[in-house]
Formats: sequence, structure tokens, C-alpha cells
Amino acid sequence: MAKAKGAIVVNNETCKGCELCIPVCKENVISMTSVVNRKGYHYAYMINPEACNGCTNCAVVCPDRAITVYRVKVPA
Amino acid sequence: MDVLEIIKPENQVFCKTKLMTDATLSYCPGCGHGTVHNLTIEVIDEMAIAEDTIGVAPVGCSVLAYDFMNIDMTQAAHGRAPAIATAISRLWPNKYVFTYQGDGDLAAIGTAETLHACNRGENIVVIFVNNGIYGMTGGQMAPTTLCGMRTSTSPYGREIENMGSPLKITELVANLPGVFYATRQSVHTHKHARKAKKAIRKAFENTRLNKGVSFVEIVSNCNSGWKMTPLESNQWMVDNMFPIFPLGDIKVDAKLKKS
Repeated sequence: MAKAKGAIVVNNETCKGCELCIPVCKENVISMTSVVNRKGYHYAYMINPEACNGCTNCAVVCPDRAITVYRVKVPA
Repeated sequence: MDVLEIIKPENQVFCKTKLMTDATLSYCPGCGHGTVHNLTIEVIDEMAIAEDTIGVAPVGCSVLAYDFMNIDMTQAAHGRAPAIATAISRLWPNKYVFTYQGDGDLAAIGTAETLHACNRGENIVVIFVNNGIYGMTGGQMAPTTLCGMRTSTSPYGREIENMGSPLKITELVANLPGVFYATRQSVHTHKHARKAKKAIRKAFENTRLNKGVSFVEIVSNCNSGWKMTPLESNQWMVDNMFPIFPLGDIKVDAKLKKS
């Protein structure tokens, strides 16, 4: 069965660090940076990129649509 | 597989829709307004009706909706969005007209306009974001504020004896014959957001079929008004708002659902 591998790209400047994307990620891919963006918000990044399967849950709950999701199918 | 091999344009499965402008949303971090804006515009994009859609922005936090939605928009006086939408939909019967309102706008100042537009059965979509508070003006008590909830104008909590009970406006309008579809959704998790998007899509499809008012309430958080973090406010909403404002369809295809 083909397995999905995913990746997210976070727009650092539009992310407001609300952390809504963290609990909806079943694979615990997302965390917040310790540095801040121009507006002073911590922003999301992939702490565990290997686990991402591109389910788009994080992007759907993001109020600012700061997350772009990519997905490929890889043979298991 | 390396992340850089995955991040290619042909593998993209989700991104911000082009119908939203590049302006940064003016909402507080974690506010449900941003999600509802994006879901509405994604529905309009997927139905390919951007050219034929006219939105009416309210007064409140979402007063700047016309800056973020790259479609034809107008702005109404406080609470009068259903009246403006009535005029637009009567003058252009083939257009998709929607209003986007908060609870202070729709359930307090605009109650008369809302009820009468719903009673007349105008062919419009009403998107109603309910967070139980006047968010923009500093967290005053709204008609939808819960019993015992502390706000800046009810610092000891809302008392039923002299301030009344929370107004369930969606149940109220669902009883009117002009309303074809009334539902209550939420956007705090991915499951709820996807369901809310389906509800908004159904509402716009009802407009296409000329069915009357489609009323979509979204129960949302107001983390700065409630003085909580975004995740705490969502949990508070699940624990306190949902028992008073239960999620689900209230009226589908002009038939009230029995609860």
C-alpha cells in the first residue's frame, strides 16, 4: 500500500502563534519556535518532519491560512 | 524522503485561496473569524461564483471583511446587513448575496432586520459568528452572553433576573417559514471546520436554487474578550457554550429537525 509523506511550509510573517494547529496534528509534527517574527509572535514549524503525512488538518484550522501543505505518495 | 523533495508546486494539496487578499487578518491570534472568512471564500472559490457573489460586511470585529475578501463587498450600518442584502438580492436576483455578522450586530442591534428578512424569506445567506460577547468594543455583554458569564458590563456575571437569558437566535429564526436552512457549527478543530464548510456550501447552493434564507451560525471563541489563551478559550467554549448552543442542523430543506 502506498504511504503518504507530507510537509508543511509556514508563512512566518502571517503566523500569529495561536497554537491551534498543534493539538489537531495526530503525528505531533508541529511546535512553536523560540524566536519571534516581526510582529513578536512565535510561529509554527515542523519539529518532527519525518512524521508528517500531509493530512491538512493544521491548515484547515489555521485562522490565518499561514500553512501550505504538500503531499506525495511513496511505495511502502 | 527529504522535505525539500516533497515541497514542490505539483505536490501542493492545500494553500490559502487566491480570493483572499494578501492583507494580514486584523483578528486576534486564534480567533474563529479568520477560519470562517477563509471557509466562506473557499466555498465561493470552489463553486466558481466569485464574479456573481456580493457580500455585506457588518459593524464589529469583521467590519474590515471587505479588505480581506477579494470579491464585491459592501458595508452596512450596525445590524442592517440583512436589509442591505435584501435590496441587493431583489435588484440582482441572479447574484449570490451573503451577510457576515457577529452576535452584537445580528442578535442585538439588528434583531429587527434579521427577523424580518428571515420572515420575508429573502434569497440570501446569513453567516452568523456567535462568540457571546461584543469583541471589538472591549468585551461588553451581548444578548448571547451566557448566564453567569463575566464581561466588562456584567462584572459579577450575567444574572437572569435583570439581564435576561442568552438569546438563541438560530432556533428563533428556524421557526419562521422564510428560512429554508438553519444550522449551528463551530470551527475550533479540523473536523468541525470541515463540517462548517459543508454547511456554508449547502447554504450557497440553496441560494442558487432560490430557496430563501440560509442561516449558518458558527459558535466561535473570543480569547481576548474572554481573557484566555486560544486553546483555553476553545476548551471553555466546548465546556460552556455548546451545552447552551448545541451544534447541528436545526432546519434542513424547510423542515425542522426534531431534537
